[in-house]
Amino acid sequence: MFRRERSIPLRGSAAALCNNLSVLQQRNLTHFGVVHGPSAQLLSAAPEGVPLAQRQLHAKEGAGVSSPLITQVHWCVLPYRVLLVLASHRGIQMYESDGSVMVYWHALDSGDASLVQAVFARGIAASGHFICVGAWSGRVLVFDIPAKGPHIVLSEELAGHQTPVTDIATEPAQGQDCVADMVTADDSGLLCVWRSGPEFKLLTQIPGFGVPCPSVQLWQGTIAAGYGDGQVRLYEASTGTLHVQINAHARAVCALDLAPDVGKLLSAAEDTFVHIWKLSRSPESGYIEVEHCHGECVPDTQVCGARFCDPSGSSFAVTGYDLAEILRFSSM
Amino acid sequence: MSVRTLPLLFLNLGGEMLYILDQRLRAQNIPGDKARKVLNDIISTMFNRKFMEELFKPQELYSKKALRTVYDRLAHASIMRLNQASMDKLYDLMTMAFKYQVLLCPRPRDVLLVTFNHLDAIRGFIQDSPTILQQVDETFRQLTETYGRLSAGEFQMIRQTLLSFFQDLHIRVSIFLKDRVQNSNGRFVLPVSGPVPWGTEVPGLIRMFNRKGEEVRKAEFKHGGNYVAAPKEGSFELYGDRVLKLGTNMYSVNRPVETHMSGASKNLASQTQTSSINQARRVILRSYQHPSYSGPAEERGAGSDHGGV
Repeated sequence: MFRRERSIPLRGSAAALCNNLSVLQQRNLTHFGVVHGPSAQLLSAAPEGVPLAQRQLHAKEGAGVSSPLITQVHWCVLPYRVLLVLASHRGIQMYESDGSVMVYWHALDSGDASLVQAVFARGIAASGHFICVGAWSGRVLVFDIPAKGPHIVLSEELAGHQTPVTDIATEPAQGQDCVADMVTADDSGLLCVWRSGPEFKLLTQIPGFGVPCPSVQLWQGTIAAGYGDGQVRLYEASTGTLHVQINAHARAVCALDLAPDVGKLLSAAEDTFVHIWKLSRSPESGYIEVEHCHGECVPDTQVCGARFCDPSGSSFAVTGYDLAEILRFSSM
Repeated sequence: MSVRTLPLLFLNLGGEMLYILDQRLRAQNIPGDKARKVLNDIISTMFNRKFMEELFKPQELYSKKALRTVYDRLAHASIMRLNQASMDKLYDLMTMAFKYQVLLCPRPRDVLLVTFNHLDAIRGFIQDSPTILQQVDETFRQLTETYGRLSAGEFQMIRQTLLSFFQDLHIRVSIFLKDRVQNSNGRFVLPVSGPVPWGTEVPGLIRMFNRKGEEVRKAEFKHGGNYVAAPKEGSFELYGDRVLKLGTNMYSVNRPVETHMSGASKNLASQTQTSSINQARRVILRSYQHPSYSGPAEERGAGSDHGGV
C-alpha cells in the first residue's frame, strides 16, 4: 500500500511529453527535473518533500522564429561526474548537475529534414563515460565525456532507427556473457540493442509493428518496453526473444522506471494509472517473470512522468499534463 | 513540435464555433432563412479554397493571439454581430471544448475522427448550396490526403502539440460542469471505465513465454479501472460511422442551454445588409474594420466562469 505524501509545487505545469520527470538521488537530497515547454524546472527537496532550491533552464535559441521547445531533461550519472542534459527542438545542452553552468552545446543538423519533419533531440542516457542522445532522424548521438571540464566530443552517430528516437536505456555491463548494455527505442516501436565501447555495436533489433515505444528500461539483460497501445513487454536483450507481455494500461504508456537493486519496475500511462511490478528470474527456466505489486490511480491526471525516488523502490514521484506540482507516494 | 497541426486546430475550433452560433441563433428565435444565411456565410468563408491551401502548408501553430483574430473575423463573416464580451465567451467555450476532445481521444489518431465529426455536422448546417458543400468535401479530401497515412508516432506528436497549445487553460464552462465532465477546479474528468481504444487490450492479463514463443504461464492482476473491449473502429472514409462521440454537437436541439446574445439578435433582425462570398473572404485575408454592436452586454458572473453559451 502506498500513501500520498506532500506534493512539491512547480513554477510551471508539466508538458504532455513522455518521460517527463527525471530524479537524481544524491546523499540526503532528491532532485527533480520537469519540462514545462520552452523551459524546464529543476528543484531539490529534503526527505519530507520540503522544497529547497529551484532553477529554470531554457532551450538555447538558434535559427528560427519561435522559442524552441524542450523535449526532455535528464540527469546522466557518469563514473566521475553527473551532468544534466537538456534535449530540445534546436539541439542538446549539457550542464553541471545543478544546472548552474552550461558546459556543452550541440546544434542539431536539420539539413536532411523535409519540410514536414520536426527536428528535435529526444532520448537521453549515460553509458559508461558516454552520453547518448537520440534524434528525430533516428540517429543516436554518442558524446564522449571527460572526467571533468567542458571538452566534450561527439564521437559517433549510430544508425539503426528510421523514425524519431523516443528513449534510451542503459545498464552497467554484467560481465562477459551479458554483452548488451544499451537499448534504444523509436516511434515505430523498433528496439535496437547495442554493446557500448569505443565503437558501439548493434547486436540485434526487435521490430515494433507501428506502435510507438515511448519508454524503455534495461535490467539484468532484460528489456522492459512500454508501448502506445498500453502494453508493457519484456524481452531477452541478447536474443530479442519476447518473454512477457502485459496488458498493463488502457492508454499509451508514457514512462517506465527501474529500481535495479530490487528488480522493481514502474509503469505510468495516460490512463491515469501507475503500476509497480516485480521482476525476477525463474530458478528452473532462467526466464524472466513478472508479478504485479501495486496499482495507483492519479485521478483525472494524464500522467507524463514517473520515477522511483529511492533505490529500494519504496517511494515514487509522478508528474501530469497541466499539473503544476510533483505528486509523491511512499509505501506504508 | 509537429508542423501539421494547424488544420486540425482550425477546423475543430471552427466546428465548435458553428455549434455554438447555431444554438444561439435557435435560442434567439432568429428567422430560419436569416439563421441559415449566417451559417452559410461563415462556413463558406471558413472553407474558402485559397485559405485552406495556405492552412494545409506545413507550418508552426499560430500564436494564441493570431488564432483568436482569425476567429474574430470568421465570426463576423456574415450579417451577425457579436460584442467583445460575447466573442470572448464564444472563444473560451470553443477552446475548452476542443481541449476536452483532444484530451479524451482514445488514440492520438482519433483526433481525425473528431475532425470528421465536426465536418459531418457542418455538412448538415449547409442549406441549398452545393458550392459550399463541395468546399467542405474538398477539405475532407485534403484531410485524408494529409493525415490518412501518418504513423501513430506522428499523431502522438500532433497530440502533444495541441496539448501544448491548450496547456494551463482551465476556464470553467457551465455545460461541462453540469455534465460532470469538468471538476470545479477547472480540470477535466478522465474516466477509468468504458471501451479501450481500438488496438488496445483490456488491461489485467500477464502472459509469459518460453524461447520457442509458446505461452508457459498466464496470470491476472487487478488493474483498477473498469474497461471493456472496443466494439469497432470508427470510419475514416468520406462518409461513415465515426463511432466516437467526441466532436459531435453537444448543444443539440433538445438541450435547454442558456444563451447570451440578446444584443446581437436585435442587430440581426434590423440589418438588411447582405454579404457576398467574396466580401466575406476579404474579411479573413486582410484587416477589416466594421462597427461592432455596442448594446448592453449581459455579464454573467465575474472572473473566468461562464453562465452559459
